[in-house]
Amino acid sequence: MHRKDLGLAVLIVCVGTIVALVNPRFLSPINLANTANLIGLFGLFSIAQAFVIVTGGIELSIGSVIALLGVIFIDLISTFGVAWPLALAIVLVLAVLIGLLHGWLVTRLGLQPFVVTLCGLLIYRGVARFYTRDGTAGFSFGADFPALEYLVAGRTAGVPHSVIAFAIVAVIAWLVLHRTVFGRHLFAVGKNEEAARYSGIDTRRVIIVSYVLCMLLTGLSAVFFAMYTRSVQPASHGNFYELYGIAAAVLGGFSLRGGEGSIIGVVLGVILLQVLQNLVNLLGIPSSLNFAVMGSVILVGVIADTQFMAYREKRRQAAAMSTLDMQNRTPKRSEAAPEH
Amino acid sequence: MARVEHPISLQLIGITKVYPSAIALNDVSLSIRGGEVVGLIGENGAGKSTLMKVLGGTIRPDEGQIVIDGVSTAGLTVSRALDHGIAFVHQELNPFSNLDVTDNVLLGRELRKGLFGFIDRKAMEDRVRPLLDMLGTRFGPSDPVSELSLADRQLLEIARALSTNVRLIILDEPTSSLTLSETQRLLDVIRHLRDDGVAVLFITHRLSEVEMVADRVVGLRDGRNAGALAREDIDKDAMVRLMIGRPVSQFYEKPGETSGNIVLEARGLRTAANPRETVDLTLGGGEILGLAGLVGAGRTELARAIFGIDPREDGVVTVEGIPVPAGSVTEAIRAGICLVPEDRKSQGLFLDFAISQNIAMPSLAKLARYGFVDTQAELALAGDAREKLGIKAPRLDRPAGELSGGNQQKIVLAKWLATRPKVIILDEPTRGIDVGAKAEVYRLMRALAGDGAAILMISSDMEEVIGVSSRVAVMSRGRITGMLEHEELSEERILRLAVE
Repeated sequence: MHRKDLGLAVLIVCVGTIVALVNPRFLSPINLANTANLIGLFGLFSIAQAFVIVTGGIELSIGSVIALLGVIFIDLISTFGVAWPLALAIVLVLAVLIGLLHGWLVTRLGLQPFVVTLCGLLIYRGVARFYTRDGTAGFSFGADFPALEYLVAGRTAGVPHSVIAFAIVAVIAWLVLHRTVFGRHLFAVGKNEEAARYSGIDTRRVIIVSYVLCMLLTGLSAVFFAMYTRSVQPASHGNFYELYGIAAAVLGGFSLRGGEGSIIGVVLGVILLQVLQNLVNLLGIPSSLNFAVMGSVILVGVIADTQFMAYREKRRQAAAMSTLDMQNRTPKRSEAAPEH
Repeated sequence: MARVEHPISLQLIGITKVYPSAIALNDVSLSIRGGEVVGLIGENGAGKSTLMKVLGGTIRPDEGQIVIDGVSTAGLTVSRALDHGIAFVHQELNPFSNLDVTDNVLLGRELRKGLFGFIDRKAMEDRVRPLLDMLGTRFGPSDPVSELSLADRQLLEIARALSTNVRLIILDEPTSSLTLSETQRLLDVIRHLRDDGVAVLFITHRLSEVEMVADRVVGLRDGRNAGALAREDIDKDAMVRLMIGRPVSQFYEKPGETSGNIVLEARGLRTAANPRETVDLTLGGGEILGLAGLVGAGRTELARAIFGIDPREDGVVTVEGIPVPAGSVTEAIRAGICLVPEDRKSQGLFLDFAISQNIAMPSLAKLARYGFVDTQAELALAGDAREKLGIKAPRLDRPAGELSGGNQQKIVLAKWLATRPKVIILDEPTRGIDVGAKAEVYRLMRALAGDGAAILMISSDMEEVIGVSSRVAVMSRGRITGMLEHEELSEERILRLAVE
């Protein structure tokens, strides 16, 4: 565990303790389960975002994709009567295709990730709204999919399945990013794309795969959200989710320049953001201040981090200086030749 | 440039600068006066760059005094250094290539006119033109910097330094990317400045240039003063002794003979940079083929095309008779080709990554099990390389960027040697590294050739090309204008082919 991750964990415990002390309902099983459910839902696409950010890219269309694929998923089942496993497969294939498209535009046409995914954000949202004629896509009254609902929105021993899915995805993502050759290549491409190319890394492939992975997870996330809300209002569904993912990643130590970050960090980032949201609700702070609270905490966290780094550097400097003094005080100062 | 009215008198006394990982300067003293050229020499990591940064005001020393014109201070800032007339020409050239020459020279000191302070373009050009004339540049005040060659950019940096009220000019490795005639021109400029009363502090690894121009030489070793040489004592041997503390007996040895079997062959190769010219080249096992030529002759482009960084317009490359697919570094590496690139910092290394991770980067797939990195094997590989190549690094999990240039270059070599290459292409392998590390790189090249590797060395250092190569191919404007055997090698012959 990195020092940064540790600091974040401590912060979460502190905030949690304070909220629990002020309002004991924080620790009630129902509140914990609800918060955990949200952590699972938001965590899936935050990890997706991290895979793109680590390569030095960014994915701004996550929220729109969640709306578009959510609409398609519900429509496939309720209007076209497609069996849900097939609908899930179709949605994931569409997600992969979107990822391929973004990766292709970024690597082959050399467009900036920000521009490509910003256009995606606008396009997918528009398509989703057009598709439903700006209405709401929802399951018809009394529709019932016990297996799907159990899998996606159910609970085991009180633990929401979204959290379990998030945990499984996080473990796999950790292994991929921090233990595999591909993960090392992701960091390498993010840190120095040119040196990566000179080292024989197929940088284009690595970047394309990162967008595909991101969208695959986003597609999965879209299904979870669709089943969570049970109806999708495409004008607002998933709004700002991409920024939420970016915030979680930045909190978790990812650099927007690429090449830095850890999965543990982004997981902790997601947890902190949800706990903060919960804090706003439980402490009776007007919910309109929600984003302001989040933004302030992130800003303070980032400032504290840089200040602490500077302080540590100074300490190391002072320590090195005193060792030198010790050395210089011991006899002979050899080779101190005069200048003139 | 007119005579300096108040020549500078500057002394550094007992300067010490400590970093957490190393002692950069330990009680170093140096003095310089207007009208004097001082050569500052030392191996990489000896502390030259740090000392210069103290003078330029970007680093504040932990101990010591700086005395300028009799006034003592503990440290300078960039703006106070400028006020004192200290100008700094950096080794790494980073002009603003989106601006033109005039904008670059006067950046941050733009001349203004009128009530609203609009930029006075004409006055600026009038100010810049005489400087360019003095330097004898081929470019004018309104030429875009993006079109300037490396050498011209160097002159641009000097013009920028001279555009201030300069009394002390610090030149850090100014000739490392210049050709012979451009270097001569620069040395003339240095003499000219000295005669005008400017103090010149000249840092270089090219000892012959120090010999030609310096009035005094100051040596640094391991962050300490290693001694000084007066004008009449300056010669190469004495300088080398100052730098490394012992004489270098024999720098170059006669290279070994080729085993005769052809390892690398390029036929009808055309690169995107010079699409009209074709290159044919054969390289035998055990030979070191020097690739000489002026900057911009197309040597790097040829190397990049062979290594697959750039696509090939046309032509075939084979290793031991087997064709290498075009435009893929992965395929080139698989075929046994590797390239030690020209720009160590941006192309060769991940400066923030651990030394071990850098060394293992191209061999990761081979070290992996089921796609997972084998950290133990990675460390073992790096430890092995450290021992074999004599990389001076106490810890392999520290960032590669913390090491000196010579050791960084060894890491780049190590990362490729771990792939067991058959063809090793080296692009300016000793640029910016010190004498001791140079000798080690040459020894390593000979050892690799002795083991049967075919080595292609691109170099602009004549002495090096002649000293190290078994044969030399000379390039000019994208084609090979001549091939010289070891016995035929001379500076004059190479030059004649290079300007053909």
